[in-house]
Amino acid sequence: MWNYFKSFSGGVVSRLVLYTGELAVLFGQTTYLCFVPPFKGGRILIQAKQIGPGSFFISALVAFFIGMIMALQMAYQMTKLSAEIYIPNVIAVSLTRELAPVLTALIVAGRVGAGITAELGSMTVTEQVEALKAFAVNPVKYLVVPRFLGLILMLPVLSVFADLIGIMGGFVICVTKLYISPALYFTMIAESLAIKDVLTGLFKTIFFGAIIALVGCHQGLNVRSGAEGVGRATTVSVVASFILIIMVDCLFTTLFYFVLHV
Amino acid sequence: MIEIAHLHKSFGNHVILNDLNLTIKEGETKVVIGRSGTGKSVLLKNIIGIMRPDSGSIKINGVEVTDLNEREYNKIRMQMGMVFQGGALFDSMNVAENVAFVLDEFMSVDKKTVRAKVERSLGMVGLSGIEGMMPSELSGGMRKRVSLARVLCMEPRIIFYDEPTTGVDPITSDVINNLIVDLRHKLKVTSIVVTHDMNSAYKVADNIVMLYHGQVVAEGTPKEIQGTKHPVVKQFINGEAKGPITENENLIFGYTD
Repeated sequence: MWNYFKSFSGGVVSRLVLYTGELAVLFGQTTYLCFVPPFKGGRILIQAKQIGPGSFFISALVAFFIGMIMALQMAYQMTKLSAEIYIPNVIAVSLTRELAPVLTALIVAGRVGAGITAELGSMTVTEQVEALKAFAVNPVKYLVVPRFLGLILMLPVLSVFADLIGIMGGFVICVTKLYISPALYFTMIAESLAIKDVLTGLFKTIFFGAIIALVGCHQGLNVRSGAEGVGRATTVSVVASFILIIMVDCLFTTLFYFVLHV
Repeated sequence: MIEIAHLHKSFGNHVILNDLNLTIKEGETKVVIGRSGTGKSVLLKNIIGIMRPDSGSIKINGVEVTDLNEREYNKIRMQMGMVFQGGALFDSMNVAENVAFVLDEFMSVDKKTVRAKVERSLGMVGLSGIEGMMPSELSGGMRKRVSLARVLCMEPRIIFYDEPTTGVDPITSDVINNLIVDLRHKLKVTSIVVTHDMNSAYKVADNIVMLYHGQVVAEGTPKEIQGTKHPVVKQFINGEAKGPITENENLIFGYTD
């Protein structure tokens, strides 16, 4: 049965199952070790500093331009219907529910996830991970837990800023090109945006953060062959994180829409 | 005392350790020699528990460690230290932080005591005053000595050295050999040194064993090994290209007998 499974689709399915299983095991170990002493808050802070302030500028820049692009694209359609007034509503809801969380996660996956894989991969090939084990230190506790907690704490924060800055991007276009007054822009946003829109977006970022940390650490800790292996693992880490983030986003959006009706 | 019996370890179909038997007495320096890829480092990693054997027994001071879970093994590991081939210093920490790693991680020791212990350990390996340097600023020999200082800081009863003189110049190599001998006399530690550097082996060993095809093929004092008649050991210690070890290998491109 397993042999049939392995050969099915040229082994892609079995590899996918194994990979998901390994990630699930790492997730289990990480969450368990989050509650096992010693608790070293300093290490989580170091990671949070690298992830949050380090990614702020790039995620803010992208969010600002996405806000502007959305306003322009909406204008293209809405002017035909004389419905420009509703552009702020669409911008606010799309950004907070979907675009800001997903784009921030993709940016952090590219920037931080790749960095985690490269760092842990280098540690693996230079025997530093084995040295941790030799000193009776659990590598998952020492290396994965701080990055995992740092990411699930900082990604929602970055996402909140991306929401606000994206809305400001839309504001620039709406006020200067579409002649919507600043007061009207913010009134429309306040009327259209419900707290659940913001919360559903932020809720997803916790899982996106976990995906980036687990995929990045898993790839880094499983590097096999020197510098070439580190390079390959870094590429796989980014690609796998991107795919998983989009898949999980689709899953949650479906869940929110059809099951929870939020 | 470390007693290894009928140890087996394979990676896939590739057998590395094949029914290996070895005993290391307390306070002894045992040198394990053999060609690259014969499983010397794998043997060390099996003893310290970084790798687990497929079968066989490893007893450390009478405790069978192959059955232990990670938490129980960690208690045994606290008595052991390993000097890795490339040093394995943590890149993100300076020398002082590297040396103090175990103290910071496991012991609630005040900063003054930690600093004193770090200075003492670095002094023992002849590297006083480099506490603030980063691993990337150190030479290969310095890295190995800092790695040894890191091990000394935890005051182990057993020290494993994985190729301690590989990749360093002959003078630094001799400095490291002297250190291993000094530590054995001063601290009375049990040591296992894995190497294929015969000068180093003769200098530091109380006893030398040779691994071949995953088994111990010869064991004896440096003098006994030097005077061996065993063809495999003879070829290895004399560094000869032709002999029983290489009879199935084409060592020169384009050349066949």
